[in-house]
Amino acid sequence: MRHVISALVRNKPGVLARVAGLFSARGFNIESLAVGETEDPDVSRMTVVVPGDDAILEQVRKQLSKLVDTIRVQDFRDTPCVVRDLMLVKVKTTSAKRTEVCTIAEVFGANILDMAEKAVILELTGDQDKLARFVKMLNPFGIVEMMRTGRVAMARTE
Amino acid sequence: MKGTKLFIECLRNEKVDTVFGYPGGMLIPLFDELVKAKDINFILPRHEQAGCHMADAYARVTGKPGVVFSTSGPGATNLVTGIANAHMDSIPLVAFTGQVKTHLIGNDAFQEVDVTGITRSISKHNYLVKNPEELPHIIREAFHLATTGRPGPVVIDLPVNITTADIKTPVQKSIDLPGYKPSLNGNPKQIAKACEMINEAERPVLYVGGGVIASGCHELLLKVAEKANVPVTTTLMGMGAFPDTHKLSLNMLGMHGTVFANYSVTHCDVLIAVGARFDDRITGKIEAFAPDAKIIHIDIDPTSVSKNIPVDVPIVGDAAKILKQMLPILKKNPRKAWFDQINQWKKDYPLKYDKDKLRPQAVIETLWELTKRRKTIITTEVGQHQMWTALFYKFTKPRTFCSSGGLGTMGFGLPAAIGAQIGKPDHLVVDISGDGSFQMNIQELITLRNKKLPVKILILNNNYLGMVRQWQELFYERNYAFTDLSDNPDFVAVAEAYGIKAMRLDKPENTEKVLKEMIAYKGPVLVDVVVEREENVFPMVPAGEAINQMIGGLA
Repeated sequence: MRHVISALVRNKPGVLARVAGLFSARGFNIESLAVGETEDPDVSRMTVVVPGDDAILEQVRKQLSKLVDTIRVQDFRDTPCVVRDLMLVKVKTTSAKRTEVCTIAEVFGANILDMAEKAVILELTGDQDKLARFVKMLNPFGIVEMMRTGRVAMARTE
Repeated sequence: MKGTKLFIECLRNEKVDTVFGYPGGMLIPLFDELVKAKDINFILPRHEQAGCHMADAYARVTGKPGVVFSTSGPGATNLVTGIANAHMDSIPLVAFTGQVKTHLIGNDAFQEVDVTGITRSISKHNYLVKNPEELPHIIREAFHLATTGRPGPVVIDLPVNITTADIKTPVQKSIDLPGYKPSLNGNPKQIAKACEMINEAERPVLYVGGGVIASGCHELLLKVAEKANVPVTTTLMGMGAFPDTHKLSLNMLGMHGTVFANYSVTHCDVLIAVGARFDDRITGKIEAFAPDAKIIHIDIDPTSVSKNIPVDVPIVGDAAKILKQMLPILKKNPRKAWFDQINQWKKDYPLKYDKDKLRPQAVIETLWELTKRRKTIITTEVGQHQMWTALFYKFTKPRTFCSSGGLGTMGFGLPAAIGAQIGKPDHLVVDISGDGSFQMNIQELITLRNKKLPVKILILNNNYLGMVRQWQELFYERNYAFTDLSDNPDFVAVAEAYGIKAMRLDKPENTEKVLKEMIAYKGPVLVDVVVEREENVFPMVPAGEAINQMIGGLA
C-alpha cells in the first residue's frame, strides 16, 4: 500500500538530509519525494510517497514529526485531496507516426514542448493513473527518456 | 562582543559550571578565553571519547546537561561513540566540536570532517554555525533541546572563525522552535481508561525504565505502586527508579532478568510500561512477550509507542505529570492469588550462585552490604560484570547507577566514574569493571590521579571477554574465538605506574577485608579481583527466545 505524506519543514540547510537520513537509517523506502517553497519563504513542503503497511506508515509519520525542523505532518490517507505529478517524456517519432503521437498528446491534454525530426518532448501533469495510461499509449512508439517530479498533494476545501 | 567572550556568557546563561574537553587547533581561541573563566571547572581527559562519557555520567548523576568540547576532525570523530551512547540512553548532553573556517568547509581541509553529517542519526539535533550572529540563538536552542522532552545529545559544530568574530547579537533567553513542542500532560481520557484497567486487573505488572529517572518521578512511582498494589520490574536504565529492596520489587526483567520478573511479565493481564521502550533485550521473542496482557504505555516520545509492541492504551507525556493524575484514581486491590504466585516464584527461583570459590556475584553482594548505608554511585562497563551488578547490587535511589544501556559501550565505566565523582563529590563512586572493558579507556587513570578523585575501581578479572565467552560456551561449542585475554597486563602494576594505589583480591575469605580497605582509603584505588574464570550470568534468555524460556537459575 502507498501513502502520501506531506510535511511542512523549516527552510534550513540540512533539512532534506535529515529527512532522507531518517528514511535510510530506519530502512524505510521512498517512492518519490518532492520539495519546494510554500507561500511562506521560511517554510518548505516535502511530499513523500511511502510504500508500506499501516504500522510502517505510523512510524514514518511519528519519526518525521519528531524532527526538530518539522512543523507539521499530514497523512493524506483519509483526506480528500488532489495529487499531481509532472512528467516529461521524449518519444521517438518518424514523420509517418508524428500525427498519431500528437493526437495522443492532445487527447491527454499534454503539451508539446519540442519537436525534432526524430523525437518530440511531451509534458503531462496528472494523477498516477492518467500518467500510467499515457505511458502505456506512448510505449509502442519508443520512449527515449522519461522523468517525473514526484507527487505533490493538497487537501480539498470542505 | 568578541565571539569567544560571548560564548562563555552563553554558557553562564545556561548555568554551566563544569565542562569536559580536549584541546586542538580549532579550539585554541575559545580555550584561550575559557581558561580565564574561573567559575567554570574544566576537566581534561586523555581521549575525547572518555571526555564525552564523563559529561554523560555527570548528567546522569546530577540531572544537569553534560557539556563536552573536542576539536575538529579526529577530535570530533572520537566523540562519536560518546554521543551515540548518550543518544541511546536519552542523556542530556551538549557537544561542541571545533571546525575549520567557514570558507574552507567542504574543501577537505586539514582536520575537517562533516560533523553534522556524521552525527545526524546519533544526536537529538545538530547545528553547523555558519553565521556568527546565530551563535547565541543556537546555544540557547541546543540546551533547551538537550534537556526537555525526551532528553538527548545536541551537537554544535563551531567553525573557528565564528568564535573569533565580533558578534552583535546578545545572549538569548527565549527560543523560537515552531516544530518542537513535546506533549507533557497526557490525554485525560486515556489516563482514566488506564486507571480503570489497572483497578480491574488481577495480575498487573509495572515495567519501568530510565524515563522515570529522567522525569524525576520515582517517589510518585512508589506511591502509585503501593497504592494500586502492583509489582514493579525495572530495566537496566530504570535501576534505582524503584527500590530493589521493596517487597513489590521484581528486580530486572529481560535477557538477564530474574525468573520471577520474566514469569510475572509473561503471566500478567495488564502491563504498565512507564518511560521504557520495549527494547529487544527486554522483550525477547515479540509474539510471546506478555501474550495475555493489555498494554498501557506511558512515554514522552510518541515514536516509542507501538514501535515494537502494539499498545492498547498509549499515553504520551511526562511520566511525572501523568502518574500524578493517576494516583488519586487508582484503588487498592489485595490481589492475593497474584502475589501468592509471585512469592512462590521468588521462593522457587531466587538469584543464586555457588559460594565455594571467589565468584563475582559474591564480591558485588559484599560491596552492597558494605555500602548500603552510605551515599554510593555505581558505574559499570559492559558485559558480565554489568549484568551481575544489575542483579546483585541493590539499587534504592535514582541517579546512583551509571551504565551504558542502549549502546553497550565497553570503556564507559571508568570515565563515567570520573564524571559522576565530579558531579557528586560527597558520594562514594565505584566503577565495577571487567578486564576487557577497562582497557578501552585505561588512559583515564591519569585524569583520576590529577584531579585527586577518590574513585574506586573494582576489576572483576576473569581474563576473558566474559559475556562473549559465555555465548561461545553455550551456543558455539566452547569455541572461544578471540575472547581469551590471558595476556592481560598486571593491572596492579599499571595503576601504580599511574600513581594510583592498587590491591589484588584472589581469596574469597579476604573479600570483606579488601573491600573495606578500598572503601576507607581517601584517594583513588584499583582492586584487581581474580575471579572464577568461567562463571556465567544466569538466568539467561537465549537471543530470539521468549523471556520465560530461560536457561540457568531454574534448577
